[in-house]
Amino acid sequence: MLLDLVAALGRVLLGACQSAGSLALFALAGLSHVLRPPYYPRLVLAAVAEMGFFSLPVVALTAIFTGMVLALQASTALSRFSAESASASLVVLSVTRELGPVLAGLMVAGRVGAATAAELGTMRVTDQIDALSTLSTVPMKYLVAPRLLAGIIALPLLVVVADILGVLGGFIIATLKLGFNGPTYIVATLNHLETADVTLGLVKAAVFGFLIALMGCYHGYNSKGGAQGVGAATTMAVVTASVLILAFDYVLSELFFVR
Amino acid sequence: MSATVQRAMSGPVPKIRVRGLRKAFGGKLVLDGIDLDVMPGTSTVVIGGSGSGKSVLIKCILGLIEPDAGSVEIDGKSLLDSPARDRAAARARIGMLFQNGALFDSLPVWENVAFGLLAQNRVSRPEAKAKAAEVLSQVGLAASVGDLSPAELSGGMQKRVALARAIAAQPDMLFFDEPTTGLDPIMGAVIDGLIVDCVKRLGSTAIAITHDMASAQRIGDRAAMLLKGKLIWQGDASALLDSGNDAVDQFTHGRRDGPIQMELRR
Repeated sequence: MLLDLVAALGRVLLGACQSAGSLALFALAGLSHVLRPPYYPRLVLAAVAEMGFFSLPVVALTAIFTGMVLALQASTALSRFSAESASASLVVLSVTRELGPVLAGLMVAGRVGAATAAELGTMRVTDQIDALSTLSTVPMKYLVAPRLLAGIIALPLLVVVADILGVLGGFIIATLKLGFNGPTYIVATLNHLETADVTLGLVKAAVFGFLIALMGCYHGYNSKGGAQGVGAATTMAVVTASVLILAFDYVLSELFFVR
Repeated sequence: MSATVQRAMSGPVPKIRVRGLRKAFGGKLVLDGIDLDVMPGTSTVVIGGSGSGKSVLIKCILGLIEPDAGSVEIDGKSLLDSPARDRAAARARIGMLFQNGALFDSLPVWENVAFGLLAQNRVSRPEAKAKAAEVLSQVGLAASVGDLSPAELSGGMQKRVALARAIAAQPDMLFFDEPTTGLDPIMGAVIDGLIVDCVKRLGSTAIAITHDMASAQRIGDRAAMLLKGKLIWQGDASALLDSGNDAVDQFTHGRRDGPIQMELRR
């Protein structure tokens, strides 16, 4: 009985190690193709447009409402310590350090990660990936590398927009509803914001963009079993990308912000 | 005596030589020691039931699936032991028509047809479009089809486009995976005719896998039958319907009774 339990646990552990190893090798192969020619700038631009430009509406709405609710909650919480004046700094630091990259990442994971996994998964089950190999094209270089590069480029650009709109949402609520003076709020925001806050938020965004593209590509590229397999790959891409975004958010915060 | 000398004494070198090819997926043995020679300029048809490993065989020869054991030689050079660059170069000489066409649905038809030429940097994009129109005309399609998306085409037209893509780079080997599956008999005959024309025009060596007997006889010079992972018969394609082998005869005549028993899962 006990042995069976240990054996089952061992199998799960081995499976997890195997998956992690396979994912690491896939990521390394993808990155090596990013660096080595031939390059596909047209595909990189298309992927940047898909991941960045077409995600703008959903990321913008998320950011602006998050900034608005943050200003409301900050004001409520800080008023208990008679520190409402710190609302501006709380909003700007929360948005640039955490909420901008994390929420943009989660939104893009849902939109683009799923679409990538579905597209590559369909290509896999309809032999299109094999067809690429027979046409003097390395599938990893043609399908995966441009998307990985696009993830690293597009998400920081989206987060810049999310940061601005998040702060704007806070500003709107602070001035229109909570009675803050507009110029004072802006000065407080700028005084408490350091370059490092924005920069490191963008570093997080680049990592998240890479993770979203990686998960979409990995699960799509390795999908099997027809429509059901493609569906499972899509779900796995979104779930794993979301979990990894949250896990890496903690790791990067620990690395960059605490020490 | 060296292997090269031995081969020189034993006649012409096959374009494609397969020896002892084995492949298993999990516990299921799909290919069990396949030996196959395809001579230059000839067409060999491999027949066999659904799930008999025909597609796996062709993908192993192409290098899309890594076999567990055995060797694949192209022009006397081992493909599996070669460096990746040599394998890619050998693969560039092979055109492949996939079972369902496998057209890239994100690209227009002309880009599908000229994909290999563009990937090899052999032509500019305007030249590629002109070349695509030329190849499309060879398979009986108008140049205007080039601007359509693959999803806008019928099954027969998709097969023609896939054939155009396979021959666009003028390969010296052509592989066909179930070229007539899903087509009506007339369209199947049209596709077979196009395949024969293309193979003759290019002087290519061809391997086709099919379970369509009419197609097998139209396309093939030679034929082989795959059953339970083994090639149980090889001979002239013209002898397919009267091979003298009970299993082949049962298969080619579509008889329910005979040495081949369908495995039914309950």
